[in-house]
Amino acid sequence: MTATSPAVAASNSLTRGLRVIGLAVGAILIYLLVLWRALEFASELTAGNTMQGSLIAALTRFDDVGNAYLAQALQQTVNALSIGAIYALIALGYTMVYGIIELINFAHGDIFMIGAMLAVVFLGGLLHQQEAVNNIPILIALILGALVFAMPIVGLINVFIERTVYRPLRNAPRLAPLITAVGVSFILQNIVLTIAGSGDRASPQIFPLDAQIPFGGAEISILSIFIFALSLGLMLGLQNFVGRSRMGRAMRATAQDQSAASLMGVDLNQTIALTFLLGGMLAGAAGVAWGLRFGFVRFDLGFNSGLKAFTAAVLGGIGNISGAVLGGFIIGFIENFASSLGFSRWSEFLVFMVLTFVLIFKPSGILGQLTGDRA
Amino acid sequence: MSALAAIRGQRGGMSPRAQIRDFADQHRSATILISMSIVGVLMSLLPQVWPLAGVQNKEPWFDAFANAGIYVLLAMGLNVVIGLTGLLDLGYAAFFAIGSYAYAYSNSPFSGVDLPFLPMLVVGAAIAAVFGIALGAPTLRLRGDYLAIMTLGFGEIVPIVFLNLDTWTQGTNGISGIFRPEPLPLIGEFTAVTPYAYMVVMLFIVTIAMALLYRLQDSRVGRAWNAIREDELAAAANGINTVTTKLLAFALGATTAGLAGVFSASKLTIVGPDQFYFQVSFTILAMVILGGMGNIWGVAAGAFVVYLLQSVLLKQLNSFKEALHLPALDLGPVHFDINAINFTDYSFLLFGFALVLMMLFRPEGLFPSQRRRRELHIGEELAGPADIVPVEDPGIVGALGETPGAEELTGEDAGPGAPGHDR
Repeated sequence: MTATSPAVAASNSLTRGLRVIGLAVGAILIYLLVLWRALEFASELTAGNTMQGSLIAALTRFDDVGNAYLAQALQQTVNALSIGAIYALIALGYTMVYGIIELINFAHGDIFMIGAMLAVVFLGGLLHQQEAVNNIPILIALILGALVFAMPIVGLINVFIERTVYRPLRNAPRLAPLITAVGVSFILQNIVLTIAGSGDRASPQIFPLDAQIPFGGAEISILSIFIFALSLGLMLGLQNFVGRSRMGRAMRATAQDQSAASLMGVDLNQTIALTFLLGGMLAGAAGVAWGLRFGFVRFDLGFNSGLKAFTAAVLGGIGNISGAVLGGFIIGFIENFASSLGFSRWSEFLVFMVLTFVLIFKPSGILGQLTGDRA
Repeated sequence: MSALAAIRGQRGGMSPRAQIRDFADQHRSATILISMSIVGVLMSLLPQVWPLAGVQNKEPWFDAFANAGIYVLLAMGLNVVIGLTGLLDLGYAAFFAIGSYAYAYSNSPFSGVDLPFLPMLVVGAAIAAVFGIALGAPTLRLRGDYLAIMTLGFGEIVPIVFLNLDTWTQGTNGISGIFRPEPLPLIGEFTAVTPYAYMVVMLFIVTIAMALLYRLQDSRVGRAWNAIREDELAAAANGINTVTTKLLAFALGATTAGLAGVFSASKLTIVGPDQFYFQVSFTILAMVILGGMGNIWGVAAGAFVVYLLQSVLLKQLNSFKEALHLPALDLGPVHFDINAINFTDYSFLLFGFALVLMMLFRPEGLFPSQRRRRELHIGEELAGPADIVPVEDPGIVGALGETPGAEELTGEDAGPGAPGHDR
């Protein structure tokens, strides 16, 4: 390693950042194009118009009818970004915990669910706020309040679980913590079931759903953009924390080699607790976003979303923070693609197929590197 | 054990207990046959006398025993995967579902086919095994964690697929009116009001499965399974083909679940996607953990007890509570009405706590096998004198706490996946 001057390093990270942004924008544009064509193709098929229903005809036709589908595709793409952001936030918790203690924290999905429940408690229970708020400063304050309320509580619950249950099993045969995690997941679910009941709980959708930007005949939801921006901010904050701060360095060192890190004076227990805290807080933020976006919470919400988010983490390369974000967005796009074309019942199946194929052909994920036994 | 008993025998003066143990070690299948016959006789007679007769009539008891048998079979199958081979299968109910649907297609007005019951047991099991191999083949090359999440996903989507393919499966309604098995000689008719025949058939299946599993456990394959569970790297280094051996365990687990599925479908006469959600896999997992991973009879006993507790005791508690007519407590803000509590709702909460507490304090289960017990407590044995490790701490918790020596040794013992090994 040669020493690089700060200016060079800064310009390197700048070009890298620009490249990532370029790739992301490119991928989103490709998705938009594919979805546009697919929507038109699907409607041609259902119309039974066999002449134009051929794949080639659909892919090569660009006219006014097609433009209506473009607007629809744009709308869906923004929605995909917001749901992908939620999955990415949850996936971060999975990947961080897996990276540091190699445990699939099955309870993480339920931590997310509790975050969503806490948003209901804060907005609906404490503030009695059920309708949409049109005053922007108050709206921002309410959402920030929900985040400030839910994130630390959920993070501390996660730390508490780590402290009481996972830490004593850190050196046990590896089946033990896994089974324990499944047990914890069931405990959390059933506690919430006991308190909140088995039905859907309405989550106050304080963000006005009719706030939309008209764009070429489409209505693009501002809420989706807001969720995307919020998540992006949290992710950049995390990236910065892990990459720059002293504690972040301790986390990376622990993930690489626990015993070496502890020999260098890293407090393992504290670092692992910090990882659980951060992962839990991000899941809490995802829960708040979920409530704003979908308007309902149920005790078993974490199971499904957790499975999808874990798939996202594996897809991106488990243990890799950027990978989890990438995987989250890909899963969001896949799910959105299925539901845009009217196959939302099959989205779980599709995600599972993705998981299967990733594990067969590239078990290390898109951004992860193959390290012997890990994959 | 048997060598010790033999030495004692040569010296003369064996205690009856030791004689029985010696016999059981040397004639395992005969022992299983004898003890299961005793269990069968007890299960036929006990429900007719007090205290069991006081709880409910004998027919519901036979019914409960037959249902418990399904779970015993499932738990024994899952035990091969988790307990003997050390692979975490969280979607076990999927194979149960596949067996059930296989029978539903072969014996229902929906498909218009009526195939005989006993051959279908084999066919249903074989179909489940094929799915087990199809799922296991790509995943078992990877680390155990991935298998857990793959099976979790598989267990999640199999009911979803059965739900969504409503043209072929009737969606949520499921396939109903499944034909019951045809009457068998000596056993009699299979009907809803006389579940005795189901119980007897189940007893046979469980006996055969148990004898086969015990023989497998003591065979070359069984030793290979144990070796993989304890240290996969070392097992591979000793010439065990870990992928095929793990696949065999996984397929055998699926087979057993398929068998249970066929039986369950023929007994319930309806299959639907909601019978196979994650809760079922989780219940079976809890049974295996409570019974003691790796100990076949322990797991069977655990499943039997847990099922009866869940389906009979909790329900009885409900009716008992209703009979008492307790007044609701109303202390200002605290409102507590015991009548509003449905005890059966809490079974999963209890299972969750059971899993966590068992893993923390008694990972070898309630009825541990000798070998598994030693393996899980090896940290204590190696940790040295009692002044370092508190003796009163029974779990692996304290054993691995402070002493760096113990940590090192158990790190070795935990296999290739242990932290620090593979990074």
